[in-house]
Amino acid sequence: MAKYLLLKHYRGAPAPVNDVPMDRWAPEEVSAHVQYMEDFAARLEQTGEFVDSQALAPEGTFVRYDGEGRPPVTDGPFAETKDLIAGWMVIDVDSYERAVELAGELSAAPGAGGRPIHEWLEVRPFLASPPTITE
Amino acid sequence: MNEALLRGLAPSVLAILVRRGADFAAAEDAVQDALVEAVRAWPRDPPRDAKGWLVTVAWRRYLDATRAEAARRRREDLADEEPAPGPAPAEDDTLQLYFLCAHPSLTPSSAVALTLRAVGGLTTRQIAQAYLVPEATMAQRISRAKRTVSGVRFDRPGDVATVLRTLYLVFNEGYSGDVDLAAEAIRLTRRLAAAIDHPEAAGLLALMLLHHARRSARTAPDGSLVPLAEQDRTRWDTDAIAEGVRILQAALARDRLGEFQAQAAVAALHADAPTAEETDWVQIVEWYDELARLTDSPIVRLNRAVAVGEADGPRAGLAALAEVDATLPRHTAVAAHLHERGGDPATAAQLYAEAARKASTLAERDHLVRQAARLNSRSH
Repeated sequence: MAKYLLLKHYRGAPAPVNDVPMDRWAPEEVSAHVQYMEDFAARLEQTGEFVDSQALAPEGTFVRYDGEGRPPVTDGPFAETKDLIAGWMVIDVDSYERAVELAGELSAAPGAGGRPIHEWLEVRPFLASPPTITE
Repeated sequence: MNEALLRGLAPSVLAILVRRGADFAAAEDAVQDALVEAVRAWPRDPPRDAKGWLVTVAWRRYLDATRAEAARRRREDLADEEPAPGPAPAEDDTLQLYFLCAHPSLTPSSAVALTLRAVGGLTTRQIAQAYLVPEATMAQRISRAKRTVSGVRFDRPGDVATVLRTLYLVFNEGYSGDVDLAAEAIRLTRRLAAAIDHPEAAGLLALMLLHHARRSARTAPDGSLVPLAEQDRTRWDTDAIAEGVRILQAALARDRLGEFQAQAAVAALHADAPTAEETDWVQIVEWYDELARLTDSPIVRLNRAVAVGEADGPRAGLAALAEVDATLPRHTAVAAHLHERGGDPATAAQLYAEAARKASTLAERDHLVRQAARLNSRSH
């Protein structure tokens, strides 16, 4: 089994096919979208592939060390072109192919007009701990 | 309360219930209940025959659980057949559990989870911690696996190769938390090798022992990887190496060579060398040739290219590497190593950096980044 991080983006990813901002959807469409995500997570729990998931607030702050005894420099929220993560899910699956398949399924969550958003999700493998055998 | 004793008894208690005709999934639940009961009752009132006690309690739990209307008739039939309480049979039934838990109808990850639970006697929580997933996720994985094998006839002989592969997967997982999966895999393989007369089971046990013997030397105190050639050989566990070599020699003498014996032979040649320079690379290349014949695995050919590089020089190693699929993990790292040995540090540094980007483990990535940095800082 290998763990993968599925990342949803507010910004930074290419535009989805069904590209209507969420605040212009009908309330039922928002509910349907949320329900789809919850059902997806519940199904992964059943198959033993779910590890964790979390939604993130859109406000983020960049922080940087600015020298001994000085307050850290902050810059934020992110400047307009910077990537911004809306939420993540961690899955533990048998293969990379399965991870991609699941990400594709998650990307089909319904959006405006009840049609799939086709949003871009990022799939990132976890760096694992070393196996007992290496050479 | 001796947890190790309970863990050792659980598989044979489960095997006895299943042999008496209990459904696997229900029997497994009943054994878990009995274990919990044992933890509660034994400190006050230790049983004379621990296994017999567990069998009796688990069997009662099983009958209670099957009391549902639909199962009533079956339960009554079973109650009639209930053997008199007394010492449980001493013979080891757990062998059948190995085959059931590694059944080909299960995915590898399910087979691993079920084996650790039913044969290893680990709790769901321990298995979940070892694999860094939530306990609920692991519980689902195990209960799905139990349902899958519930319809499987218990008396059908299983496939030894599948069982060995499952144990090897457990071993390769290393360890995290309070369960050392490599040690657990060795314990289970040791019992399997004692129960069946199969040179590949012995080969796998030898392989695990030989690799495990070098484990403490494989990482520095800061967690970074130490390559084989640079390991402090005084830290290798010579008892485990001696045992591994002895088991391997006995297996090889039977002249039924298989993949695990051949891999163990390579590991034994490394373990036998007093220094890295004295490694018998020529013989190692011969064993990789055997392995290539047995498996046709690209990973074997990649490892063979490394050995050829040591036996016949980096130029020959690069020629052997050119025959191997370049998309394999660690292909770039091997190329970097051979280029460095061949006197081309600039290319090597570039390849190390590229290999670091493709590394699949943190320790490997850090190691490769350091290799690239070492060559780059030297050239300035």
